[in-house]
Amino acid sequence: MAERRTVRRQLRLLPVVPSVLLLLLFLAAPVLWSFHASFTNAALTGRNARNPAWTGVENYVRLFSDSAFPAAVLLTIVFVVASAVVGQNLLGLLIAGLMTRARKPVSAVVGTAVVAAWVLPEIVAAFAAYAYFSKDGTLNQLLGNAGAAGPDWLYAYPMVAVVLANIWRGTAFSMLVYRAALADVPRDISEAALMDGASGWQRLVFITLPLIRSSIATNLMLVTLQTLAVFTLIWVMTAGGPSNASTTLPVLAYQEAFKFGDIGYGTAIASVLIVLGLVFGIAYVRLLKGDKR
Amino acid sequence: MTTTGRRPLEGASRRPTRRGVASPGFRRARTPADAALLLIGACFVLPLLWLVFASLDTTAGYRTQLPASASLDNFAAVLTPELLLGPLWNSLLLSAGTATVTLGAAVLAAYPLSRFQSRFNRPFLYSILCGTCLPITAIMVPVYGLFVQLRLLDSLPATVLFLAATSLPMAIWMTKNFMDAVPVSLEEAAWVDGASGLTALRSVVLPLMRQGLGVVFIFVFIQTWGNFFVPFILLLSPSKQPASVSIFSFFGQHGAVAYGQLAAFSILYSVPVLVLYVLVARGAGGSFALSGAMKG
Repeated sequence: MAERRTVRRQLRLLPVVPSVLLLLLFLAAPVLWSFHASFTNAALTGRNARNPAWTGVENYVRLFSDSAFPAAVLLTIVFVVASAVVGQNLLGLLIAGLMTRARKPVSAVVGTAVVAAWVLPEIVAAFAAYAYFSKDGTLNQLLGNAGAAGPDWLYAYPMVAVVLANIWRGTAFSMLVYRAALADVPRDISEAALMDGASGWQRLVFITLPLIRSSIATNLMLVTLQTLAVFTLIWVMTAGGPSNASTTLPVLAYQEAFKFGDIGYGTAIASVLIVLGLVFGIAYVRLLKGDKR
Repeated sequence: MTTTGRRPLEGASRRPTRRGVASPGFRRARTPADAALLLIGACFVLPLLWLVFASLDTTAGYRTQLPASASLDNFAAVLTPELLLGPLWNSLLLSAGTATVTLGAAVLAAYPLSRFQSRFNRPFLYSILCGTCLPITAIMVPVYGLFVQLRLLDSLPATVLFLAATSLPMAIWMTKNFMDAVPVSLEEAAWVDGASGLTALRSVVLPLMRQGLGVVFIFVFIQTWGNFFVPFILLLSPSKQPASVSIFSFFGQHGAVAYGQLAAFSILYSVPVLVLYVLVARGAGGSFALSGAMKG
């Protein structure tokens, strides 16, 4: 009797099987394969493509002696911090905060404009950003009208261009998160503080921000991860150039694996990215678990 | 509150505020807030202007200019089976296929997670959540290797399965949340009548969470529709590529870039997801209202 019950209990989990198979085959297996391949000299074509040899930590040694890798790590950090942690996060909070005060039609119109950049297919957004920052693009036309001669952004300041483009593209997410969070802040608390004579800054720092603390943490985590993986925007706008000046880790991994056909080296870079993502992922899960208690 | 959105701006400012006497500070700050928001909004619209102007301009370049003579020639030029319709059809196959597989697998997985207590539930859900954090660009190199080994390269069904796997973690979480909002008490009657769990799922639970299912479906659909990197790596033959990849045919085919056509193509390719987003934005509101009504 008891045995039959356990069997039936386990049968209940049967519907999970298709999902588990898909996740194991297409997410878990590639991750494991990536770690394995990063210790080989696997290649896209030629002899090493058919019979890759085990080369141990050679790829990783090469990674750390290759000047392109530390540069790419640095550029990735700059890109993530400037465009996600500072740009999208703060601008999203600012827009959401302004929306609680502005008139309804104004918030609706501006909200739509911000979301539009986010909803567009990424390749279209990337072309629009390319046109905007190109030598005689919209930005320089505007600067020209104001009497200033704009530089060729994509060559002179490629990182500035991709960071601004990513802020433009991704801020909608933070805005939506913070709008929901601010809507949950009880109005009477901040009105009570207002009656007590608290200034706008004091209300923000001592009341609103602590109340939406968990939304801030969640949002920071998610935008960081999304930005860590950005490829299309950078690839279309600058292709990592000029001379690697905007090559972040995803772009570098793509170049090594597919342009130069060095799968082993490419997966070593990808493995570093995967570890980064998993570290953030575990921290994120911890954060959510702690939240529930 | 629903009528205020339709009122003209001037009327809104003279309307007495309903927030009561306690909020003079909020009201005073309105005009600067409006101005700041409109400025930010303008910055967000600017990059899109080129897209609109160039699509109507047969002599477009990367300069943003009002077309000398607006025409729909660019749209007419890209509306051919090879340039637009074929790629859009491929996008539709990919997106609809991925959304269907994802939703099917997610519903099945969410049911036991939502309805039965098991010691596997929490570890499973949290490792899935961790899976959502995998940078997709990082696993493309190993996935390419996997597809080569399994001889799945350039296969639409295999690409659909991979895309479904990448969107599954988020979809399972969303579906489980929507399912949790359907009270178990409604299924108990079906169980008493001798229906199995899956019968109860089909006849009782799914109809009640129709809107939630729609939200998940459209969510995955939009994501896949806009995805460039995955089909770019996994699909090789032009006849199978979706619009996000075939858009590159406007570059260098005859030496020069057809900017006007590129813009027109971009707009036509974007319209379906814009429409779907509006639908999901409304649908989400509707289903939240639904769950609220049931709790009350």
